[in-house]
Amino acid sequence: MATSGNMSMRKRGERIAAYVFTCPAIALLIAFLMVPMVYTVYYSVFQYQVMRPDDIVFIGLENYKKLFADPDFWKALKNTFYFTVLVVPFQLVLALALAMLVSKKFKGVAVFRTMYFSPQLTSMVVIAVLWTVLYNSNPNTGLINSMLVGLGLEPINFLTNTKTAMNAIIFMSAWQGAGYQMMIFLAGLQGIPRDQYEAASVDGANSLQQFVSITLPNLKGTIKYVIMITMIQAMKLFTQPYVMTQGGPQNATKTMVYYIYTQGFQKGNFGYACSVAAVFFVIVVAMSLILQKLTAED
Amino acid sequence: MKSKKASAFLGKFLFYCGNTIIGIIFVSPLVWMISASFKPEAKIFANMNSITTFFPVDASLDNYFEVFRRINMANVFKNTLVYIALILVFDLILNSICGYALAKFDFKGRKLMLSFIVALMVLPMEAILLPLYIEMSQLGWVNTLTALVVPFIAKCFSIYMFYNFFHDIPNDLIEAAAIDGSSPIGTFFKIVMPISKTVYATVFILDFVAHWNDFMWPFLVMTGEDKRTIQLAVQSFFSTSPVHYSAIMAALVVSALPMIVMFIFMQKYYVEGIASSGIKG
Repeated sequence: MATSGNMSMRKRGERIAAYVFTCPAIALLIAFLMVPMVYTVYYSVFQYQVMRPDDIVFIGLENYKKLFADPDFWKALKNTFYFTVLVVPFQLVLALALAMLVSKKFKGVAVFRTMYFSPQLTSMVVIAVLWTVLYNSNPNTGLINSMLVGLGLEPINFLTNTKTAMNAIIFMSAWQGAGYQMMIFLAGLQGIPRDQYEAASVDGANSLQQFVSITLPNLKGTIKYVIMITMIQAMKLFTQPYVMTQGGPQNATKTMVYYIYTQGFQKGNFGYACSVAAVFFVIVVAMSLILQKLTAED
Repeated sequence: MKSKKASAFLGKFLFYCGNTIIGIIFVSPLVWMISASFKPEAKIFANMNSITTFFPVDASLDNYFEVFRRINMANVFKNTLVYIALILVFDLILNSICGYALAKFDFKGRKLMLSFIVALMVLPMEAILLPLYIEMSQLGWVNTLTALVVPFIAKCFSIYMFYNFFHDIPNDLIEAAAIDGSSPIGTFFKIVMPISKTVYATVFILDFVAHWNDFMWPFLVMTGEDKRTIQLAVQSFFSTSPVHYSAIMAALVVSALPMIVMFIFMQKYYVEGIASSGIKG
């Protein structure tokens, strides 16, 4: 009797403790994540100018209609997808290649790992400022162009040409981010049982065959996870174009988040910007769900 | 036999060469940044075609003096470190107790809360920036420390990391404490917390890095010049004349130093945190 009384006492104590422990974090999440999310959708059906906070008018789906007829929105959407579709596979392959290079223990492996990881030790703002200088189109002041000229090639207007600006940002972003994903892959590679490789090498499989038949299948989950986080990260592109090109030249590097910023914070069209944000949210969630569906067959 | 040994040696040699070349390509932009930060402006862009562009010729600390003269670095560092420290204190306490309750307590709504947290993990901050900003301005928090700290204490990802860690702690340990008369809350602080240093260190370093690097939110809510965080100071220094590349490079190095120090001391937890996120996810 006494024990069961103690048990139910304990259960009650546990329940009270559970609410004491979860409430602060959950309340903050609701206040600063859920509520703003709901308001994004709510404001998106209003005409809401920052300059006229007393003149908020319900306009139904007008913002969305305007949005889908807005060439700047489509341009931003296209740029965001372009960046994502290119940077994700590029960074993934680069990160996996680096991980393969430093997955085994050898003398100096820690040095090489740190070298590949080093761009992660600086912030995106720092990287963006540095590469703006490196990408300078004048071969006398831009390191990369001075090297190109040294090799007898034509200098490239990396950040001032509409054709190259986004590619330049993609290359830089992959260089900065690959080290992070390399670390994830390293953990994945360490989880592959050694004996699988031993069995394969007894059967006479070469390194490439082993990579295709053992490494890749075993890394499936890791690859899926890396694609997911890189993709979501890529969709949010803002800092690089803000620092390096201000969205230019001719909006060639204007992204969705940049467009939300321009409309909402620079032009003060809060309602309209919220409709962009809502569409952005739906796209990001839809992409994550599709990716999960596509890779969930097994 | 001998040729096999030779080819193994050659393979090893090529492997090292490959690693070295790629490694050099990876670090060269950073090496250039550091060496330029010590050079006079004119020397940075002289001899760009030669290898000396990567070495600090005529090195001096003049650029650093210029940075400290033009940016109130003490203030910038104070702004950044105070806000991150405040976030981290609350972050580590509130998210860990939440993760613990979800992992070890049996209560109504547990499953719902857990799926709520997992679902919110994919929510991109950028989609809620505008209403969050309005919320800040209605609360009168714009340009105050509160706006930087309070909205970012609770983090789904941190809660999830804690949840995963506490989930693996044996129940026997917790029950033994309960039989000894320890309350559920007391057990957490006296028994569980002290044996969970790794997860605290991991969340600490991941969130420190995230906030040290954060640009967009401070950029939106901290508009006063004396309120600037480090990333804002660097970005605005880059776009304020006179544009001295030498001084800009020095500013970049200064802003990266705390991260590098952090990395040296907490490398193990940082790398573990990145890696474990991949295994669990």
